[in-house]
Amino acid sequence: MGSYISRRIALSIPLLAVISFLTFLLVNLSPLDPAEVVLQAQGVPMITDELLTQTKQELGLDRPFLIRYWHWALSCLQLDFGHSYVTGQPVWSQLGPAFLHTFKLTIVSAACMIFFSIVLGVICAWREGKLLDRSVRGISFFLTAIPSYWLGAMLVWLVAVKLDWLPTSGMESYRSYILPVMVLTISYASIYFRFVRSAMISNLNADYVLYARACGLPEKKVTVHLLRNSLQVAISVFCMAIPVLLGSTVVVENIFAWPGLGSLTVNAILSRDFPMIQAYVLVLAAAFVVFNALADVLQAAMNPKLRKDL
Amino acid sequence: MKMRLLTNLLQDKLAVLSLAVIGLILAAGAMAPVFAPHDPNAVNMDLRYAGASWHYLLGNDHLGRCILSRLIYGIRPSVLGVLAALFVSVALGAFLGLVAGYFKGKTDAVIMRVCDIMLSFPGYVMTLAIVGILGVGLGNILLAFMLLKWAWFARIIRASVLQAAEADYIKFARITGVPSITILLRHVVPVVSADIAVVASSSFGSMILQLSGFSFLGLGVQAPNAEWGMMLNEARDVMFSRPELMLAPGLAIVLTVSAVNFMSDALQTALDPTLSKTNRKFREQASLPVKLRGKEVA
Repeated sequence: MGSYISRRIALSIPLLAVISFLTFLLVNLSPLDPAEVVLQAQGVPMITDELLTQTKQELGLDRPFLIRYWHWALSCLQLDFGHSYVTGQPVWSQLGPAFLHTFKLTIVSAACMIFFSIVLGVICAWREGKLLDRSVRGISFFLTAIPSYWLGAMLVWLVAVKLDWLPTSGMESYRSYILPVMVLTISYASIYFRFVRSAMISNLNADYVLYARACGLPEKKVTVHLLRNSLQVAISVFCMAIPVLLGSTVVVENIFAWPGLGSLTVNAILSRDFPMIQAYVLVLAAAFVVFNALADVLQAAMNPKLRKDL
Repeated sequence: MKMRLLTNLLQDKLAVLSLAVIGLILAAGAMAPVFAPHDPNAVNMDLRYAGASWHYLLGNDHLGRCILSRLIYGIRPSVLGVLAALFVSVALGAFLGLVAGYFKGKTDAVIMRVCDIMLSFPGYVMTLAIVGILGVGLGNILLAFMLLKWAWFARIIRASVLQAAEADYIKFARITGVPSITILLRHVVPVVSADIAVVASSSFGSMILQLSGFSFLGLGVQAPNAEWGMMLNEARDVMFSRPELMLAPGLAIVLTVSAVNFMSDALQTALDPTLSKTNRKFREQASLPVKLRGKEVA
């Protein structure tokens, strides 16, 4: 197992390097001159060539591309993502807290989503083809077609405005979590529960279940085996749900005025704050790689067969 | 093959209905000037927030513009634009998938490694990044879709080509010296086209949702152009006083995406008899990975 983990980690490092390079390259492909963006963001009225060259020098843009990349990558490893073009503050001083806020939302939502996916998936698998199963799947089908921002807006209108039960925006108390978590859970559980369901169904018909039952094992113990085997597949999916959620709370954050990564990024995009966008992409891509590795490791821990490949 | 597909598809009443809905939406979008009762951008301040009337069937928005006309014109970016982007990325993915799956070896390895890297980037985040770098606007979002989605299509199509190329008649054609291009076009493409249709249709719905989401955030279509997400964005400012304005564009999105998802499901069933209703458990298994990936984000 130990060697599997080290091999899996070794595999992620070159991927991270490639990702960081592509992220850096992306910003450099921009049709805009970063120096000009900075000056515009600072509200400089007259942009002269002289000023441009000076800003370029200050930003280190006059150095060759690869050298800039090298310096940037090294400082990123120390969580120094440069300074925002707009506020002039270090990027991490804004990105760090925002990341934390989004991470909190993500963890709570992921926990709810996983709970509901497993419960619904198991119930539907047990009642396969019956009314309950069909109605749950039918409803989930429509739920996946609903844009999450629309769902969010409708919930805000209904629960917070009409009924005045919950806060509509911000992140003050645990009550602020309820609506955004609800929207995210509905959007994602309606897809993810199918995984649990189909894994359960294929396991229900497996020989080992028949054997266990034939041996007279109590149904409770059979269920434990079933769950363990079915959740194996689901675990990697759920693990990946965390980075997926991290990156896609944008819309929900926007609706509920959550002070997280999404709100920060949309503002950065609108004001073309390149260092911020760059840091956002890098942090999320790194989260993807890390959680991907984690998913593989967890799966290997549960299933020794998987440890061999790689 | 094609006939069976068609008859299978037509037997499924829900599929026929969703196909009809999609057809209608596409036609209305393509011929928007014919269908729309008014100019979508004609401002009429006397009619601000007017309710439904015979003249304006769905009422008017905050600038007195005809909501129905804006909905119909909105089909163009919301659905037709996405369809075009989907077409390009599927074509790109299909080409690379065909090449990788058919020629195997080094070509395959290189294409698949590139795909791996592309897929290790979170799709939604990368779309945001591309929009951030190139600037907001519909074109850039569609461009981001084209640049990012192909890898997934290429991978699925490659898997299906690998399987198809194992067939004896293709081996025979190779041995008898039929040129690769002929084999690909005449023997491989028809077999894998079914899979291509399935992966394409299963991504269509999620792409529509994503595009409208970006417009809702103000990153996509810019005012005063009509687009469903944009209309919701505008309606949101008066959400508390005029919540009914959120209804029409929201329902339009839900209807379109449901129809697309239904069709995609029906297509999968029609293409593969093993997925038919008697074999439901296989259906779920076979269809899931594609569906999940298709919907990265709501």
